[in-house]
This record gives sequence, structure tokens and C-alpha cells, in this order.
Amino acid sequence: MTTTTSSGELPLGNEHDIVLARQAVRRMTQEQRFSLVDQTKFVTAASELARNALIYGGGGKMKWQVLLDGTKAGLRLSFEDQGPGIPNLDLAMTDGWTSGNGLGLGLTGARRLVNEFELDSRVGVGTRVTITRWK
Amino acid sequence: MERIPILRMGEFLLVTIQVDMHDQLALTLQDDLTRAIEKKGAKGVLMDISALEMVDSFIGRMISDISGMARILDAKTVVVGMQPAVAITLVELGLSLPGVATALNVERGMEMLRRSLAESNDDHYIKR
Repeated sequence: MTTTTSSGELPLGNEHDIVLARQAVRRMTQEQRFSLVDQTKFVTAASELARNALIYGGGGKMKWQVLLDGTKAGLRLSFEDQGPGIPNLDLAMTDGWTSGNGLGLGLTGARRLVNEFELDSRVGVGTRVTITRWK
Repeated sequence: MERIPILRMGEFLLVTIQVDMHDQLALTLQDDLTRAIEKKGAKGVLMDISALEMVDSFIGRMISDISGMARILDAKTVVVGMQPAVAITLVELGLSLPGVATALNVERGMEMLRRSLAESNDDHYIKR
């Protein structure tokens, strides 16, 4: 059974919030004693998704959860915005495709850097991307 | 405004990124650096990213762009000191920084710049 040992949220309203969010994620991964490579992967995924929420979603928030599954520790992050949503999820999950002027690596790249990835988007309502990495 | 310092070392420029950059700061660096290359007639740029604990697609693109812009301005860029965890993450993310010259540390990076400058001087001599 998976239990949440602690949780919280951070705003994603401007570029500086992206820096603060990744610093917070770095601290959490260190507290959970992730390896340096796992820390770096998770922080990088968080940075991509935080920027997406800001640029494409017009801002939002990052919710975080420290998880415990038996003796296994994990971190779950959820990036939520109330932006326009993603009309074509398959297209959005294609490497190199972008609706803006990015590289099109944010979503697909972030997915490769984590253990679990969930994308939930409704046009006109918003987007939520949830990522989890287990130690 | 917050800025990343650009130092001049002879014909080369040295940039050491020591802070967790927000996006605007990365863009400002791109601007400052291209202007410095032009103003000082620099032939090479050494970018030390050993203090960077994370390079995401935005910063990765900034590094690629700087390298490309410098090349068009006839300057070679060498990125040095990337942490192994950052390199692993970058490749998994899907960014392998094509066209960007890299070296393990500042010393080897300088060596690379000097060699490439010597080669281009030789070419110049032959043409004349």
C-alpha cells in the first residue's frame, strides 16, 4: 500500500518560480537519498514540466508528495494549470513536436526521466501532468 | 539586472556559470556573449558549466545557440566541465548537443581553443 508521508504545493507564476520549484525538488530528492543521477533526472523533468505549465498553461502550481510503499520511498509531483489544454495528446507526446517555439522535448523528455508519467488534459479546462520516481 | 560575467583572456572569452539560471538570465547571457565576441574580436569562447547541477532543454538550447551564433561570428565555443549526471540526463532527455564542442575540463578546453586558433592562422597564412 502506498502512503503519503508529507505533501505541499508551490506556485508557478513566473520564471523565478521555476528555479524555486527545481531547488525544492532537488532538496526533496536529497532528503529521500536518491542517487545523484536520479536526483538530476527528476529535477530536470520537474524543470521541463514547470516551464510547460508556465508558458503553455499561463501558470499554475506544482503539488508534491513524499510516498512510502512498504519500505520503498518515492516522490510524486503534479503540475497543474488552468490553461487552454492540449487538443491532441498523441501529437503532444511526439518527440520534437511543439505548439510553441520550444524544442518539443519537454513532455516526451520528462517521461523518459521518470518511473511513472500521467498526462491529463481537457481543452478549455487545463492540464495536469503527474510524475513519480521511486528510489 | 542580474548578469553572468564574461571575462577576457587574450583572444578568448571565459564564461563561468555558477548560478541556477532562470530563463531570462540564460537569454541575457546569449545576448551579452555575442556582443562581446563582436566588440572584442574574440576567436574563442570557453564556457565552464561545472557548477551547473541541471541542464534542461531550455538551457541546453541556449548552449547550442551560443555555439552556433559564435561560429557565425567566427569564434569557436568549447563547453567544459559538464557533470556526468547532467550528461546522462541530457542524453536521456533527447538532447545530445550536436555541433557543440566539449572538453572534460578548463585546461583541455583551452588547449582545444588554442589548437583551433593555430590551425585557422595556418590556413590564413597558406591562402596569402
